[in-house]
Amino acid sequence: MVCVKADLHIHTFLSPCGDIGMTPLNIIRQAKAKDLQLIAITDHNATLQGPEIRRVGLREGVAVLYGAEITTREEVHCLAYVGSEEQREELQRYLEKHLPHIPNDPDIFGYQFWVDENEQILGEAPYLLISAINQSIDQVAAFVHSIGGLFVPAHIERPRNSLLSQLGFVPPGLPADALELSRHTNPVAFCSHNAYLKKYKIIQSSDAHYLCDVGSVHTMFGMDIPGFDGLKKALTTSHE
Amino acid sequence: MGKETFHKKIKYDMTVKEMADALKLRVFSAGEGMKNKVAGGYTSDLLSDVMGYADTGQVWITLQTHKNVMAIASLKELSAVVLVKGFEPDEDTLALARQEQIPLLGTPDQAFEFSGRLYRMLHP
Repeated sequence: MVCVKADLHIHTFLSPCGDIGMTPLNIIRQAKAKDLQLIAITDHNATLQGPEIRRVGLREGVAVLYGAEITTREEVHCLAYVGSEEQREELQRYLEKHLPHIPNDPDIFGYQFWVDENEQILGEAPYLLISAINQSIDQVAAFVHSIGGLFVPAHIERPRNSLLSQLGFVPPGLPADALELSRHTNPVAFCSHNAYLKKYKIIQSSDAHYLCDVGSVHTMFGMDIPGFDGLKKALTTSHE
Repeated sequence: MGKETFHKKIKYDMTVKEMADALKLRVFSAGEGMKNKVAGGYTSDLLSDVMGYADTGQVWITLQTHKNVMAIASLKELSAVVLVKGFEPDEDTLALARQEQIPLLGTPDQAFEFSGRLYRMLHP
């Protein structure tokens, strides 16, 4: 068992709000500069930039999880993490099936390209990725678990698009594998003010949209090997 | 208009049942709460906002259908919940509405139009 330094919420150029500098090689280099051994690529309602970043990460020694930051019908942002390429494809199909067909206007929202290591465009997501998908938070959690993934509500304490802003409090019985706090919050203070959440694992990630934010906060996990199986084991085994 | 005058103009004697009949609302769950007095309305889809700012006795107008809606309606002692745009409650939302005896109603109107119709009844 080793201590793995992880940042599990990183956007890329594919997210309309992701900075143009958020390309595969830049992200992996920044992760290495910050001594991160594990990162997750979590664009809004899309997984398409994941494979190229994992390929580069494999070569450079940074483990890369596939994932997405899903906007539920309630407009709650929730992270989904998966391990294999097959699971990523299943997640991608689910997102495409439930994302409204609203064309993206790059002048207003930004571009939605995914690119290769040399920053050549591989494709463009046609529909606006920051829309809410037509699935409730409970349906999203159930789907993510049905394909063997991990379900983590994002930046739950933020005043916008968070579990607490949209739903008031964490619904009893929500099957979250962990709750994420943003980089703007002190996790120790948050947990002492919200004792009702003590049964949940709390993680903190950067939600980086700019390169300088990658690794600005991190979470340490005990794992045998940095990767999805290690994360799943770390999150689903009980406290202490 | 001062706050006092404003409140005086509300017809405090209207019950949820009278509102539901007059505005032809769909009744998902009725119960004891149909006798509640309507003390005004609050239109919001942010549950944290309702938790912070809605007042006792108000009718909550929203498109959110999650079960937390009924938990907050109960906590804030709201008189009823109206789902707009033809939205239907989730199953566990309906179960909680029955348990808490808070009327859960529906309208095909969007929030602006329904709020306007209710406002006109409360401030004739």
